[in-house]
Amino acid sequence: MLYALLCYNDEDMVYSWTQEEDAAVMTKIGVVKDRLVREGKLGPSLRLLPTTSATTVRKSGGEQLVIDGPYAETKEQLLGFYIIDVANLEEALAITRQLGEANPTSNYEIRPVGLYFGDERETAETTASA
Amino acid sequence: MTDPAWINAALVGARPQAVGALLRYFRDLDIAEEAFQEASLRALKSWPRNGPPRDPAAWLILVGRNAALDGVRKRSREADLPDEAALSDLEDVETPLAERLDGSHYRDDVLRLLFVCGHPELPATQQIALALRIVSGLSVKQIARAFLVGEAAMEQRITRAKARIAKAEVPFEAPGPAERSERLGSVAAMLYLVFNEGYSAGDGEARAQLCGEAIRLARLLLRLFPTEPEIMGLTALMLVQHARAPARYDAEGQIVLLEDQDRGLWDRKLIAEGLALIDKAIRHGAPGAYQVQAAIAALHARAPRFEDTDWFGIERLYASLERIQPSPVVTLNRAAALAKVAGPAEALAMIEPLADRLENYFHFHGARGALLLQLGREAEARTCFDRAIAQANTAAEANHIRQHLDRLTQDCARAMSAPPVATRP
Repeated sequence: MLYALLCYNDEDMVYSWTQEEDAAVMTKIGVVKDRLVREGKLGPSLRLLPTTSATTVRKSGGEQLVIDGPYAETKEQLLGFYIIDVANLEEALAITRQLGEANPTSNYEIRPVGLYFGDERETAETTASA
Repeated sequence: MTDPAWINAALVGARPQAVGALLRYFRDLDIAEEAFQEASLRALKSWPRNGPPRDPAAWLILVGRNAALDGVRKRSREADLPDEAALSDLEDVETPLAERLDGSHYRDDVLRLLFVCGHPELPATQQIALALRIVSGLSVKQIARAFLVGEAAMEQRITRAKARIAKAEVPFEAPGPAERSERLGSVAAMLYLVFNEGYSAGDGEARAQLCGEAIRLARLLLRLFPTEPEIMGLTALMLVQHARAPARYDAEGQIVLLEDQDRGLWDRKLIAEGLALIDKAIRHGAPGAYQVQAAIAALHARAPRFEDTDWFGIERLYASLERIQPSPVVTLNRAAALAKVAGPAEALAMIEPLADRLENYFHFHGARGALLLQLGREAEARTCFDRAIAQANTAAEANHIRQHLDRLTQDCARAMSAPPVATRP
């Protein structure tokens, strides 16, 4: 079963980490990630740039409005996510707890994946050249 | 990260909002600072036990406000201090308070706080010191180190700045749209001063911290004012320039010119964030000085190698900057780009009329010398380089020009391809 682990945190705090603190957290997360890779459970994972760099497209009265900033103004912001391939929620929870220990102030939403399309750029290239 | 580290990051992250709200409440910088200090001490006791509050800023504002009020009461002997137990129930009070303190509330509080620190009546050095002390919470010792002055002198500078602010009568009601935009402009200028203080002189850790601080506060400002293209431009400008920091100095602390920098050392994440902001800003169709400067920095950042630099685009952008913000320094930079596009003679003709106004400007003499050198006018070039050394602000700048003089002595031909362009390394 595929799950998305959506990582939320307070940007004011995360962007107040010193470089060393940031690096320390990333190293700890790296340990958890490496293990997941070895176990064949980790799909794509990524860290997003701050919400200040975000643009939102909203529909209003049949028009698509382009708005500066993230979709929702919240106290914690979506900062990144992992796709994991595990047997069930219990296993997803166990991995989330490990990530939570590596990153002490983050919160996670575990969201089962319905449809999954991988990185299809390679497919596009072979189709084009064929 | 150990526990105290996340608490510290949370305190630093919440500080502008919290001190800003406390300033609105008490209308006095010293009381606001003390109140925040007291709240931080209590956080250090309470947070490791109870975990971080959902909204650290709201927690600190509430606790700080109560602590300061208690202090006033205690001093006036109207009431006793509350016991510690009263503070442990904060989680209950926190939620409704957090609801009341929505984004727009913080927005004007943070803007006011930054505006106070960057008050136009304060000289630049006092603005930077005050902002670092009050908004960033750096210690006087840290700030003194960055400015290379003694702690006592820095303490005095900050005290003087506060005294001026107290007399300046900053309005505390919510600003109107015109005033808000005016404040944003002066706050942006102050943030860029902080950044430049860190960027300009040396690669010491204390200085690099100032660049990081300026970027952190710019991101905060942008989160509070997400549709301001000039704040996007300012943030992008600082991000892209700061991205080059790891490549700007060699192991001996000597300046590495843009053309010689190892572009593999540039921080791609900061550049990506900067480029994203420029894209967003351009859509507003309201160009400004920060946006144009950011676009120039972006053209440098986009070039995989120095030879790939889009000098034509850079020259055009400096021409628009000249229209928006006429200044001899901008023209000097435009000339450096023009030299690449049209040759040294055209560039020299562009900067000759600036001689009077840039008489004491290091980069003018360095750039003029390089152009003369390219034109084979070696004796004049040497005079320019000597004048540049006399005007150098740092040992690294002087050394850099000395290298040109050495090369001139050894081999003019080699120096021709390496003019000390005024473009920032």
